[in-house]
Amino acid sequence: MSATSTHSRDGAGRLVAVWAALVALTLTLVAVNRLAPGNPGIVAAILITPTKAALVLWFFMHLREEGRAVRLMLLAAVVTLIIFIGLLMLDYSFR
Amino acid sequence: MTAQDAALAGVASSPHRDDTGSRMGMWLFLLTELLLFGGLFIAYAAYRSIHRADFHRAGEELNAILGVANTIVLLTSSLTVALGVHALREGRERELPRWFGVTILLALAFLAVKAVEWSTKYQHGLFPGQPGLAALPPGERLFFGLYFVATGLHALHVVLGAIVLAVAASFVSGGRVDRDAPVLAENAGLYWHLVDIIWIFILPLFYLAA
Repeated sequence: MSATSTHSRDGAGRLVAVWAALVALTLTLVAVNRLAPGNPGIVAAILITPTKAALVLWFFMHLREEGRAVRLMLLAAVVTLIIFIGLLMLDYSFR
Repeated sequence: MTAQDAALAGVASSPHRDDTGSRMGMWLFLLTELLLFGGLFIAYAAYRSIHRADFHRAGEELNAILGVANTIVLLTSSLTVALGVHALREGRERELPRWFGVTILLALAFLAVKAVEWSTKYQHGLFPGQPGLAALPPGERLFFGLYFVATGLHALHVVLGAIVLAVAASFVSGGRVDRDAPVLAENAGLYWHLVDIIWIFILPLFYLAA
């Protein structure tokens, strides 16, 4: 077996592992929502959902191989969204 | 010798190729998509904070099992796209159309589940324009409005994404996209992954809102 084919199997294996993690996180989220509705469910959603998105971005979308420019662009978009949502929630919480 | 050097540099066949620029352009486009759906999610956050109980009750109308099933379908379709792009990068170009083909089948399965969900809403009189929806309390009406806009816009992206994947697969089959010039197929894959990410957020906001 050549080094290249070993490497390629590792690459495909990693993608399958990421998929398994994504499915496991989804089922965990649903389980928490069913067994402990209310605040634990909301906390689980706030923790698990961005983690799943990050896994897709990092491994499936190859962000780990991208240069600084693309990473900074993404960061700017995400931070903008967080600022919008954060300011909005502050507004609605203290009316 | 000079021609060979040029071919090695990847400039002989297409003089204006810029893979880094193409990928960056794709990412910029994806970020505008992110902000488009982000706007919907911001509207959701605002209305949910006002109509907490209504959103909870309306969320109970959605079938969480179908929502979770569709999540698994989309996550799997993201994997098959990633495996296709991986095969292309490894020089196994012929595998990509097969992986993308599986992805398109999964996209059709996703849309079929969506159709079942929406026709159930129609039978319950909760489809936009039906009197049942208009008779609901304001918060529930807002929930279903956001639900139909978000999932409808997302379903449109699934349809477009499947078409983009089919075009990319045909380019790979025809030899226009290969290991040395993979960026078109990679960008098609990026689009599909974004469709997956948006659904990752739709699941807890709507299907697990109860």
